[in-house]
This record gives sequence, structure tokens and C-alpha cells, in this order.
Amino acid sequence: MQLTNRSKVVSNKEMTAAEAAYIPAVLKGMAVTLKHFFKRPATVKYPEEQREFSEVYRGKHVLKRDENGAERCTACGLCAVACPAEAITMVADERKKGEEKLYREEKYAAIYEINMLRCIFCGLCEEACPKEAIFLTKEITPSNYEREDFIYGKDKLVEGIEPSLRIDVSKRQDR
Amino acid sequence: METIFLIDKTVIAFIAFAITLLIATYSTYAERKIAAFMQDRVGPDRAGPFGILQPLADAGKFFFKEEIIPDTSNKFLFIIGPGIAMLTALMTSVVIPWGGSLNLAGRDIPLQVADLNIGVLYVFAVVSLGVYGIMIGGWASNNKYSLLGAIRASSQMISYELSMGLALIALIMITGTLSMKEIVEQQHGMNWNIFYQPFGFLLFIICAFAECNRTPFDLPECEAELVGGYHTEYSSMKLGFYMFAEYINMFISSAFMASLYFGGYNFPFMDSLGLSQNAITIIGVFVFFLKIFFFIFVFMWVRWTLPRFRYDQLMRLGWQWMIPLSLLNVFITGLVLLWYDK
Repeated sequence: MQLTNRSKVVSNKEMTAAEAAYIPAVLKGMAVTLKHFFKRPATVKYPEEQREFSEVYRGKHVLKRDENGAERCTACGLCAVACPAEAITMVADERKKGEEKLYREEKYAAIYEINMLRCIFCGLCEEACPKEAIFLTKEITPSNYEREDFIYGKDKLVEGIEPSLRIDVSKRQDR
Repeated sequence: METIFLIDKTVIAFIAFAITLLIATYSTYAERKIAAFMQDRVGPDRAGPFGILQPLADAGKFFFKEEIIPDTSNKFLFIIGPGIAMLTALMTSVVIPWGGSLNLAGRDIPLQVADLNIGVLYVFAVVSLGVYGIMIGGWASNNKYSLLGAIRASSQMISYELSMGLALIALIMITGTLSMKEIVEQQHGMNWNIFYQPFGFLLFIICAFAECNRTPFDLPECEAELVGGYHTEYSSMKLGFYMFAEYINMFISSAFMASLYFGGYNFPFMDSLGLSQNAITIIGVFVFFLKIFFFIFVFMWVRWTLPRFRYDQLMRLGWQWMIPLSLLNVFITGLVLLWYDK
């Protein structure tokens, strides 16, 4: 079946004199490169200029806080179970008296780590989460020198308390 | 008189030297930019506006790199190799007529370091010395890749020098002189040699690519097969010297093609403008450099278009096509000259 009319039949015929002289083919090739010389470069000058991401881009994770500033995560472990790359690990702990401001429910994650070298950014953790605690953001995980530095703990994952530090994930919630 | 003459020549030699180095430096920048544009990229643009300072940054990097001299190498030859490559590359610029003559304070100062009556022959002698820089460097490294690259370089340069010489013989039969100055002056106005020797020019430019070790004939340093060819073991400014010598060679052969075939500093309608001698000379120098830049561009253009020849293809092209064709060119030129003399 022919899908396009761009296909060419391959043949091993003898080269004609014009083909064997190389020069016409060389000039043809040089015409191609000259055409590209005047084309606009496809480069995005990265630090100054950033390629626009999709609204629902799946980048670095964020652990959300609720409207009062308490962490939503209850360390149920469903995200770790759902994770196909086994990148998530956590240690649960019980909320003490006086910590109600910090943690939404009586169980919380004392340690919550994502290994960004293992993570495939599929978003299944976000789908598995019953508490709307974990979301993927538009942020890119930066490069690092050490493997250990790619294991992101709560210090890097939990969003800030102040309204200005909150990360908007409404686009991924609406989906 | 004698001292003034010496001072003139020294000044011209220094200016030619400085310009050669400057253009070789900025050829590296131009190469990277042209490569980038031909591949729809931007190229170096971080050092200074449009990356203008990139060559300086590269040179600085070359100086600060660790200098490694292999333990098993012949140290004396290893160090002298890049020097020879650089020296021979710079020596050829002596006979190139950069412009007509300036008339300053009643004296005619020709813008040429030395008007040898065997100028073309001199260039050939020096260019064939150039292979020693590569050969010595490759041999002294005591590394099989370097040695292979050096052997390739020498056999390639010897093979292509033959047909280059034959292509020039046809030109010299027309001009009847070996002096660069006279050859350029014969092409006054638009009377360029390219119109008499188009085929000879084609042969010459192909051989020039081979002589400069530029793609499609860059077998001496093909990264894919020989790591880095003859300069595999070189680092820091010694490597820089080899690269620099390559760019100087490219500049000099562009200047050669411009002056032998494209009229050098001559430009059309240079007599009907009614300008003074000095003005014509200065415009001529600019025109000459424009022509040189065009050929440097062609060198780079071809590099970023064509892939590399295979070694047996290179040798077959050199011996079975280039030499017979250039002999034929000499023969036909001789016949035509005989015909018109009658």
C-alpha cells in the first residue's frame, strides 16, 4: 500500500557521467546548506527565553497544604504503591498535641522522599492520592552533581505557608 | 634609502602578520557561526555581543589547559612539531600582494613584503614543507592514531600537490611569469584569469581543500576513525597552534585563489572612477579582502555540506582523476596558446 508519493524505488544502476562527476551533486548539496543558512534558527535561548509548557505539564512534585496551612498528606502510602518506578518512600508518624496547625489529620509523613532519578513523571501518585496532597507542577527538576541530591525530601517538596509561596495546581485538578 | 626601505618592509611584514593572525583567530568564530547557521542553530553568542569575544575566550582556555607531554614521546620533536606547522603556514604570506602601491611623501610603497620573481614557486616550496609539521607531530607522539593521521596527511598532501602544481602550470603558461605581483597586475580591471582558466580553477580549489586538510579531505584528523588524527596526543596551546596553522593555511590559500584567479586587488571600472592612486589602492585592499572572505566562506560552506571521503576514494580521485585532468588542462591550454600565436 502506498501511503505517500514521496517514496523512491531503490536501484543499483550504473551512475551516469553527470552523477559520477560529483560536481552537480555537490552543488545541489551546497544549495541546500545555503538555504538553511538564511533560515531562522530553531534555538530557544534557554535561560532568558523559555519554551512554553503545556497547562498540564508533569514536572517536579509538590506536597500541598490546605487553606489553613496544614499539610494534607496523611502518609497512607497509596502513592508509593501506585508508583511504577518505586521512587516514593515515606515514614508515618502520629500527630502530637499542639501540632494541629501543622498537620491536617492525626497521621502525617515524618519523612517523605521522592528519588527524582527513578521518577518517570507519569502522575500516577497524583491519581492515587485520596487527600489531594501530591501534585505535579510545571517546575523542572534541576541537574545536580551528586546522586544523593536527587532524593527530594519534605524540605524541597512541601510548598510554603504564605499565600505567595503557594503553588497553583488548579489546572491539574480540573482535568 | 636603504634603511627607509627596510623600515617599510618591516612595517608591512608586521601588519601582514597581525592581519593573518587576526583573521585566523576570527575564522574559528566564523566557522562556528556558519556551521550553526547552516544547521539552523545560533552558535556562540555568550561572550560579548553576538559572541564576538569567543575567540579570545578560546585562546585563554588553550593557555590554561593542562599541558601533557606523553612519556614515551620524542620530546624535542613533539614540541617543535606545532612550531613548524605554524612557521610554514605564516611564511607563505610573504609573497602575497595585498594591494597596489601607496604613494606617501613622494615614495611608492608597494603593499607586498617581497616581490619574488619566483613567487608561485616559493609558495609551493613552503607549502610542501608544511607537511613536516604534521608528520613530525604525528611521529613524535608515539601513538598509532597520530602516526596513521600523519601518514594519511603526508600521502594526501603529496598526491594533491602534484595536480595543484599542474593546474598552476596551465595558469603560468598564460601569464608567462611566476611573480605574484605581475600575475595580479596582468588581471587589471576585469581581466581575471578565471575567465581563461575556469577548469584549472576548479582543479586548484579541489586541491586547495586537500592541501588544507579541510572536509571533504580531512582524513588526517578524522575524529570518527582516528580520535584526533595527528594531534591526538596534543593539548593546550600546542593543539591550538595546529588548529591555528590550519586556519592560517585556509586564509593563505583563499588569498592565493583570489590573487591568482580572481584578480587580487583589481576590481572592475577601477580606471574610470577618476580617483587618486592612493584611494584606488585602499579600495583595492578592501576588495582583495572581500574576495578572500568569500573564499574562506566557501571553505566553510563546503565543510558543513559534504561528508568525508574514504581513504581509497581520496587516492583514486587524486591519482586517477585529478592528475590526468590537470595534464589534459595543460595540454589544451598549450594548444590554444599555440593557435593564437600563429
